[in-house]
Amino acid sequence: MKRFHYLKPHSIDEALALLNQYGNRAGLIAGGTDVIVMIKQKKMAPEVLISLQGIPGLDQIEFNGGLRIGPMVTHRAIEKSEMIRKQFPALTDAADVLGSVQIRNVATIGGNIVTAAPSADTAAPLLALGAQVKLKSAKGKRTIPTEQFFTGPGETVLQKDEILTEILIPHPLPNTGSAYWKHQRRGALDLPILGVAVLLSLDKATVACSDLLCTASPISTVLHSLEGEEVVCKEVRIALGVAAPTPMRATKAENLLRGKKISDELLDEVAEAAAKEAQPRDSIRGEAWYRRDMIRVLVKRMAMRCIERVLVPEETVFPVRLW
Amino acid sequence: MKQTINFILNGETVSVEIEPHLTLLQVLRDKLELTGTKEGCGMGECGACTVLVDGKTINSCIFPALEVEEKSVTTIEGLTDAQGNLHPIQKAFVEHGAIQCGFCTPGMVLSAKALLDENKNPTEEEIRHGIAGNLCRCTGYLQIIQAIKEVSGQ
Ligand SMILES: Cc1cc2nc3c(=O)[nH]c(=O)nc-3n(C[C@H](O)[C@H](O)[C@H](O)COP(=O)(O)OP(=O)(O)OC[C@H]3O[C@@H](n4cnc5c(N)ncnc54)[C@H](O)[C@@H]3O)c2cc1C
Ligand code: FES
Ligand code: FES
Repeated sequence: MKRFHYLKPHSIDEALALLNQYGNRAGLIAGGTDVIVMIKQKKMAPEVLISLQGIPGLDQIEFNGGLRIGPMVTHRAIEKSEMIRKQFPALTDAADVLGSVQIRNVATIGGNIVTAAPSADTAAPLLALGAQVKLKSAKGKRTIPTEQFFTGPGETVLQKDEILTEILIPHPLPNTGSAYWKHQRRGALDLPILGVAVLLSLDKATVACSDLLCTASPISTVLHSLEGEEVVCKEVRIALGVAAPTPMRATKAENLLRGKKISDELLDEVAEAAAKEAQPRDSIRGEAWYRRDMIRVLVKRMAMRCIERVLVPEETVFPVRLW
Repeated sequence: MKQTINFILNGETVSVEIEPHLTLLQVLRDKLELTGTKEGCGMGECGACTVLVDGKTINSCIFPALEVEEKSVTTIEGLTDAQGNLHPIQKAFVEHGAIQCGFCTPGMVLSAKALLDENKNPTEEEIRHGIAGNLCRCTGYLQIIQAIKEVSGQ
């Protein structure tokens, strides 16, 4: 492997000073699961790596009102956070299936979004959850919504002299569910053919189903109950990964649903609109037509999973629906 | 320019002079001659190079050696007791025929250890999830899963 120097600053300011000092010759390293692999593959050749591992406090998850995730929080820590599983389950869905335990133990959420692979598993959930990122340079700070962060495959608005210091997720409205589906060929260690994240907020969290807690009824029956009781969608965000050059929001689809009464037919229309809006391409992992078809299927499924997560108290043990 | 790292390796303090670009795997195998840890893909995909850092599994082939400073590293050589007796997980692997060529075994055993240290009684699904980062081209995994179940008393 190509040689490099390895520096371990103890504060953000020290790291920023090193970035300015070495300029293009240096790169940041967090867990290194992208950086070291890229160096081994000769896709990059920094003379100096500046490690963020020695900076205290960047690996904290804090929840008061909103959620603040430090950039050095590992996917494993997210996977294990009960609070995130309860409040922001779309993020748990992503962390849970990213790489392997070994990868999740070191790979960070900051590294995942800065690498900005179209397949980055945390990108779509963060978009659906309405996350913002905080960036800091020696000159100052800025806060950017995640949908403006990604500019192309492997490209973001992050400048060479900036460090991502925080990810902020607003507190969800009452009766909110979120869900992410990684569509992959293998059950583990695979990159997604497609990633679909949905967040839904309803105007109420209980409907009368034919069975207690709606756990056994087919989801279509549950949707009919919602329809019968005129449950309204207060907020919706639909985010797609590997469906365009950058992770994207399907805003046209969202607009069809926001403020409307939820019904089976409407969810079909929304899913169809999301598939139309996406710009997937042909790649070795899947062809564009197939991705589009699956967007239609998975957007509806994830919307239904959100509804299920709102209606069914999380203490209830129920089998995961096989759709 | 060489740098010195100090860490705890299988319970003993070690201090090694290394070039800063080396991976933990290179330091373990080439500097410290602990060749129990294997190199398969070298890219984080196969888990043959799995070791524990502060009790957590990591892929040592993509882990910068300098990051183990002041940490505790356990390799497969550290699993036997002072008398050289195999660890219960190793015994179960032998008894269940969970080892064929053996190339995946050190990593697989360490993943099993980390899993059981965290979760004494994993379900089959949790076992599969826990060892998903360790490829085995020989056994077909069933014997491995059975061995892990046995150690957990199932
Ligand atoms: C075997 C394997 C399987 C994988 N599977 C998946 C998968 O299923 N899904 C998936 O999405 N990814 C996967 N990855 C990719 C990778 O693990 C993730 O993208 C990971 O989150 C990267 O985090 P890291 O901490 O290792 O980043 P690093 O490699 O340390 O850094 C990545 C990039 O981010 C920059 N960076 C890191 N932190 C900051 C910061 N705070 N501020 C500014 N820049 C920063 C670095 O300079 C670098 O450019 C896999 C990788 C491997 C090797
Ligand atoms: S050799 Fe490290 S994961 Fe394959
Ligand atoms: S025993 Fe040969 S690879 Fe697992």
